[in-house]
Amino acid sequence: MLELAIGIILGGCALGAGCAMIAGIGPGIGEGHAVAKACEAIGRQPECKGDVTSTMLMGCAVAETTGLYALVIAILLIFVAPGRFVDLLMTTIGG
Amino acid sequence: MSMVFLILSILSMAAAIAVKVMFVPASDGIDISGAHVFFTIKMPIQDLPITEAQVNSWCVILAVLFLCLFLTTGLKTRNISIRQMVAEWIVEKVTGLVRTNMGEYFEGFAPFIAAILGLSGFSSLSSLLGLFPPTSDINIIAGWAILVFFLITYYKMKAGPWIYLKSFGQPQPLLAPLNIISEVATPISMAFRHYGNVLSGSIISVLIAVGLTKLSNSLFSFLPGALAGFPYLRIGIPAVLSIYFDLFSGCLQAFIFAILTMLYVAGGFPAEEYAARKKRRQERAAAKAARSQTAGKHADN
Repeated sequence: MLELAIGIILGGCALGAGCAMIAGIGPGIGEGHAVAKACEAIGRQPECKGDVTSTMLMGCAVAETTGLYALVIAILLIFVAPGRFVDLLMTTIGG
Repeated sequence: MSMVFLILSILSMAAAIAVKVMFVPASDGIDISGAHVFFTIKMPIQDLPITEAQVNSWCVILAVLFLCLFLTTGLKTRNISIRQMVAEWIVEKVTGLVRTNMGEYFEGFAPFIAAILGLSGFSSLSSLLGLFPPTSDINIIAGWAILVFFLITYYKMKAGPWIYLKSFGQPQPLLAPLNIISEVATPISMAFRHYGNVLSGSIISVLIAVGLTKLSNSLFSFLPGALAGFPYLRIGIPAVLSIYFDLFSGCLQAFIFAILTMLYVAGGFPAEEYAARKKRRQERAAAKAARSQTAGKHADN
């Protein structure tokens, strides 16, 4: 029974990490739009390539934030949460 | 004299490598763990662990300090050396960056921004030496982000605490909770952005190294003896990814952290209210001076 409980905890953590990374779709689409517009801008005005590129990189890095929140949650679920939850289970059973 | 500082700068990075070689236990296979804890100091509220990230961070600080001393010893006005040219170029670039992004009033911020750029960039680049990059530990980045948060709040308070409190009620007093949340979210998002980028890069590097080892083991298993166990595919291929994850991403994140610091500090500063307050104070001081002058004259009469 204990094996089953620990297995459910580990499986739930892995599934949760996978689900959390669905958030990677949003920044991907957003950054794609940003780069597409930057390419259009460079095509229209090649002389301001440097400015457009640096502004685009800046915007991309800020747009990435939501994806990185999801990444941090996924990392916590994989590396930190299983140990914590198993400890919790053990103390609950022991107490 | 200047070479001494260069040698000291290299020595401080060598010290970090020596500490890692001597005290961090070796590991094989997939090793994605946090910073190694060297020892913990007993503290009243909570124990203070001294980790690899802190030690490396101090080594990077020393390296940057000695590098700056190396660049700036023996400055001359004529026949300048290449060293001095590099130092002047850095100072000019950072001052220009601060002036375009923050305006004339914040020109004194240039050394702080240069310090953030140098520290963050060199910390991320220290992973090229095989060290644990301090920027992939959230505690280090969160420390910088909290420092930036205090700076933002200080400059928002410049025009008086009442205007600072009133800014939470903009544009609607009902939105005050949301404004408070966004105020707190600023340092958290700054810390997570930098930390997440560097950490994800190192995790992907480890995964690719392990994957290439397995692949080359299965591809070259026909070779005799010890030759079969050698990971041939790990030569050169991870370096291509390292250009993006270590060099480009590290420098870009340092730049973004600096730019965001500048934008938040300059954006939160209530310039108009501050100018009005300064003008009012000057008027009051002038009126007071005039009054005391007339009072003095009356006393003389």
